Amino acid sequence: MSESEQAAKGPLPVVSWLKGIDTDDPFLEGHKCGACGAVFLGEREVCSSCGTRNQMNAVRLPNKGRLYSYSIVHRSFPGVEVPYISAIVDLDDGGTVKGNLINIEPDPANISFDMPVEVVFGDALGRKDRDGNSYIAYFFQPAT
Amino acid sequence: MSDVYVVGIDMIKFGRFPEKTVPQLGAKAALMALDDADLAIQDMQALYCGNLGQASAMVGQRILQEIGQTGICVVNCANACATGATAFREAWMSIKAGVYDVVLAVGVEQMGKGLLGGAGGAKGISKEGLLGSSTMPAVFAEAGMEHTRQHGTTFEQFAKVSVKNHHHSTLNPKAMYQIETPLETVMNAEMISYPNTKLMCSVNVDGAAAAVLVSEKKAKELGMQRAVRVKASVLTSDPYTNRDLVMPDVNAVTRRAAKEAYEMASLGPEDIDLVELHDCFATAEILHYENLGLCKDGEAGRLIDEGEVALGGRVPVNVSGGLLSKGHPLGATGIANIYEVSTHLRAEAEKRQVEGAKIGMTHVIGLGSACGIHILEKVV
Ligand SMILES: [Zn+2]
Repeated sequence: MSESEQAAKGPLPVVSWLKGIDTDDPFLEGHKCGACGAVFLGEREVCSSCGTRNQMNAVRLPNKGRLYSYSIVHRSFPGVEVPYISAIVDLDDGGTVKGNLINIEPDPANISFDMPVEVVFGDALGRKDRDGNSYIAYFFQPAT
Repeated sequence: MSDVYVVGIDMIKFGRFPEKTVPQLGAKAALMALDDADLAIQDMQALYCGNLGQASAMVGQRILQEIGQTGICVVNCANACATGATAFREAWMSIKAGVYDVVLAVGVEQMGKGLLGGAGGAKGISKEGLLGSSTMPAVFAEAGMEHTRQHGTTFEQFAKVSVKNHHHSTLNPKAMYQIETPLETVMNAEMISYPNTKLMCSVNVDGAAAAVLVSEKKAKELGMQRAVRVKASVLTSDPYTNRDLVMPDVNAVTRRAAKEAYEMASLGPEDIDLVELHDCFATAEILHYENLGLCKDGEAGRLIDEGEVALGGRVPVNVSGGLLSKGHPLGATGIANIYEVSTHLRAEAEKRQVEGAKIGMTHVIGLGSACGIHILEKVV
């Protein structure tokens, strides 16, 4: 496939475990160990919690969760817009995901631990790769 | 198995030395440690070298090319910020195993300025600021905020760590900085990643430290007067915990190492007279008071508030100035910590001396993750 053909196919998922971006119902995919229940992001064959092989099952992760921890980033790499909230979110039913918490003022006074958040999907802040592809990313926002 | 002793140890003053090469910095520390032991490179049976920035470039051999190519065994180690501790531990293990009687461990690093963080992959697009932050200040801020979540630790309490360590560094001529930073100065410094301000982030510096380790037989031969006994040497990797792969768990990896170290030394936290721990960020130091058992869970804020961890307190932490002010040359840090504790056990720390120090602990974390802990004991 040439570069222009790739670009013409539309945006790509920002991570391999962001699925269904060509539908109106994208979601994050986890892999859950059939033996111990540990949830991982990305495909794998062996569970690093219990060592069990070949019992990892793909699961659709819920779009709801709670804020576990965060930092408000004021200095980042060149070209990255600051400030923003780097958030650690525990999804309902297991699985932890890191991402930007958006649509809330980046001020500790406004942010509370365990606040309910939802996963939303959108363009990856206009970032494109060397071949000109655009990307779809996931974000967190306060749950309505 | 023989006990292992440190009979020579030293570090160069941390700073920025762009005109020097990595092997030159390492060689300088190696010669200082040899002088401290009153031994020569010809006496060394092996060299364990820790360096991160040139991990594939045979730094240990290039150090010998500077100070004496005696043909001995050289092992080069890289283990993130636990690199120096790993090199020291490999040296310790070679004596424990009975393979050698006298070995040299060197940790050395030359650092650039700026933020440390996960490298953006070559494929796709940068995830920094898109899927949260992977910069070290943010990662350790998130770890600190977990403590806030659990115990209500405040921005001010985190900042006090930096006030303390900067104060300690005014008493250490080998620290990068010797500058007092009052609480308001720390809290009003440029915010890097809340709650870590610029003065709550470790200083990127160049540095090197080295140690001569010997068997009991050799230590007796050389004289025990200034010898320091290695009571425990432990290295752990991150055990599985629920969030570890998304939010590196520096607590579980440290708690496991501390437990093993206390068991190996047949000692408890109440026996420790001073600690050099991995204050890569002010938030991190708070976590490790509890992880190392210096206080009960939830008491770390009180420890910093009441000065128990300051010089003169119950268990002084980072009297060298710590990574926050002495500086953090990644591969050198683990041996520089051991130098600091050894200096107190030898009662040679002058203005910053922890009076009557008999037993000390060093701790480093390499994110990704590795935890190295050493417990050292005064001999004479
Ligand atoms: Zn499992």
